[in-house]
Amino acid sequence: MAVWFARSRNLVSSLRHNLCLSTILVKGDYSHHRPIVSTCQLSPTVFLSPYVSSLRHESTAVEKQPDLVQHSDEEDVLQELDFPGGNVGCTSEMKFIPESSSRRIPCYRVLDEDGRIIPNSDYFPVSEKLAVRMYEQMATLQVMDHFFYEAQRQGRISFYITSLGEEAINIASAAALSPEDIVLPQYREPGVLLWRGFTPEEFANQCFGNKADTGKGRQMPVHYGSNRHNYLTISSPIATQLPQAAGVGYSLKMEKKNACAVTFIGDGGTSEGDFHAGLNFAAVMEAPVVFLCRNNGWAISTHTSEQFRSDGIVVKGQAYGIRSIRVDGNDALAVYSAVRSAREMAVTEQRPVLIEAMTYRVGHHSTSDDSAKYRAADEIQHWKTSRNPVNRFKKWVDDNGWWSEEDESELRSNTRKQLLQAIQAAEKCDKQPLKELFNDVYDVKPKNLEEQELGLKELVERQPQDYPPGFHV
Amino acid sequence: MAALLGRSCRKLGFLSSGHGARRTVSTETGKSLNLYAAINQALHIALDSDPRSYVFGEDVGFGGVFRCTTGLAERFGKNRVFNTPLCEQGIVGFGIGLAAMGNRAIVEIQFADYIYPAFDQIVNEAAKFRYRSGNQFNCGGLTIRAPYGAVGHGGHYHSQSPEAFFCHVPGIKVVIPRSPREAKGLLLSCIRDPNPVVFFEPKWLYRQAVEEVPEHDYTIPLSEAEVIREGNDITLVGWGAQLTIMEQACLEAEKEGISCELIDLKTLLPWDKETVEASVKKTGRLLISHEAPITGGFGAEISATILERCFLKLEAPVSRVCGLDTPFPLVFEPFYMPTKNKILDAIKTTVNY
Repeated sequence: MAVWFARSRNLVSSLRHNLCLSTILVKGDYSHHRPIVSTCQLSPTVFLSPYVSSLRHESTAVEKQPDLVQHSDEEDVLQELDFPGGNVGCTSEMKFIPESSSRRIPCYRVLDEDGRIIPNSDYFPVSEKLAVRMYEQMATLQVMDHFFYEAQRQGRISFYITSLGEEAINIASAAALSPEDIVLPQYREPGVLLWRGFTPEEFANQCFGNKADTGKGRQMPVHYGSNRHNYLTISSPIATQLPQAAGVGYSLKMEKKNACAVTFIGDGGTSEGDFHAGLNFAAVMEAPVVFLCRNNGWAISTHTSEQFRSDGIVVKGQAYGIRSIRVDGNDALAVYSAVRSAREMAVTEQRPVLIEAMTYRVGHHSTSDDSAKYRAADEIQHWKTSRNPVNRFKKWVDDNGWWSEEDESELRSNTRKQLLQAIQAAEKCDKQPLKELFNDVYDVKPKNLEEQELGLKELVERQPQDYPPGFHV
Repeated sequence: MAALLGRSCRKLGFLSSGHGARRTVSTETGKSLNLYAAINQALHIALDSDPRSYVFGEDVGFGGVFRCTTGLAERFGKNRVFNTPLCEQGIVGFGIGLAAMGNRAIVEIQFADYIYPAFDQIVNEAAKFRYRSGNQFNCGGLTIRAPYGAVGHGGHYHSQSPEAFFCHVPGIKVVIPRSPREAKGLLLSCIRDPNPVVFFEPKWLYRQAVEEVPEHDYTIPLSEAEVIREGNDITLVGWGAQLTIMEQACLEAEKEGISCELIDLKTLLPWDKETVEASVKKTGRLLISHEAPITGGFGAEISATILERCFLKLEAPVSRVCGLDTPFPLVFEPFYMPTKNKILDAIKTTVNY
């Protein structure tokens, strides 16, 4: 590529003068048949193309960044200026960096839509054992989502959020992490908790808010948390976990732990101020954090075209000094490899990394949403069927001879049974005792809460008909 | 209160206050320190006593815009005492993350006026972190320090008293010291308290208040109000810098034969109702004073609570002498403030009701 730049230098400079183009940048192109000259910004990415595939494992390193503005003529760089922040060359040519590249950052993928590995792909090999476990968990997540969604429709739980269409992101990312990595989720990542060993019973307990719920029934369904599994409790406000992840990562760094913080966000969440805060802090503090953005196209009814004007999220990483990659979020092998690489970089280099996983939200935003109101039925159907990440990975696992239809039906029927039992048991389970309303506001109950608890107990005893039954004092 | 403004009253034409009768908390002597030096000492002790504690915020590295963090970075290193980007929601969010991992995160917000970008992190995250997780997680190690209050020339954005917003949030504590000795002990308590705390420091007193501060490690308990002046005719409740003004009013009232009991609330959330209640049951009258605007100010909470508990003992309505319901004005500050004479008038009105 360096050679090709040299050859094109004169071409570019003459073009600039002849065509009076205000910005001419030379783009690296692996089909080195013709130079591409455009008025657009050079894409600063790792190109995993057939041309560089021979550098299979070296490609996980960052490619040396070509200049954003290509100075093909040395005489343009009149001098270096030493402003605070470092030396910067100056130019008398007034050039604006264009608002977008002519070509979007490409998406890293390993498996094609038919579940076949694309020749010469870079990826971490996945053993049969790991692959089968990954597939089983993706399928389990699907079944779990259907069961809990239906339970909400039947009025047995108040609310639910599915992760349909995002099973590869959920499971493959979890598989690529170590159990010591601290996870700060948004709310569409229960698969990470599932991978780490949270049981169907535990999921059900939280959704029912029963006595066995370790969250003690305080939050809406799907707001899981488990300190045993290093999965911080979910909160509804969007993106608040991002600066917290920077703090978590910094703590791990200071303790010299072989672990990083991993935090998830959707496309919508990247518009929040906390996204900016989180990335900037992680970069400045050089904290080992993997930021994983699930760009699924929709923030409730708001399509990404109404969310930002950038080329998605991946391009924002460099603005913070953060290494970034865009990955096909429906490709389990690509997600696995990208997350694994990112995690290694984060831990060994003590830096944040940004992953934008492209995907589609097949389900509604939540049980309070009917996405048919704002999206086309055939669009949903397309992503549910021909672009389904679970089927795609299944094909690959199948083709390797690691999975059969017997395995499939056995898994599905066992999982259904397990979930049915879990939901039934959770529903029958006792409610939380009333005292849990007043505990844990502080480490020790203050006087005002002691008084309020006494007052409420007396009230409930006097007028039990005003209150739902089963909450023992 | 030995922390006398003495010669240096506010530029509002007050008389120098004399020494009134006061109940001393401790007769220990120490070094004569002002407020920022006392806070600085507390921070040194906090970082020294717990290697997993951190101090960070805007400009804290060189000592901070009010010098509260002087010497910390040099002594404990830039990994533990560091500047952050200019982003309050990031500062507090980062602090929550550190605290969630079991560290003590002592965070500085440069002026209380700028705490609002962090309001979501404080209210929706820090305050609910333990409760929402069923006590699986907590960020008790978080302490947020911020200078608050009038300074004579601060205007809208360097004078605010936002304590009332935070007093409405179950799950955090709100603490406001009145003097250097109090500040050191209270701050150490806040840092070591296993709950997230917002600690407002009266910036007016950073240099103006000078007091003997014991040099050792000591704490002053939270949620315990202190009767700093005993009296029989009326109870006055306040916090922070306002107590100095209230004390001056008490001294003048005494000349007219009114015996005033003055209480420093110290912790506003959770607040010590019992001490105030006991005092009002004795005096039968209550006056609350704070710089923050009167409507929705924390005085309203105290008033309502005392009315509930002491109604039949009250000889007069509860009086509130507070800031006006305006943004904190610049040239009009002397008119906006709850001055000694406004308080004195209210004392007399209440006593003569």
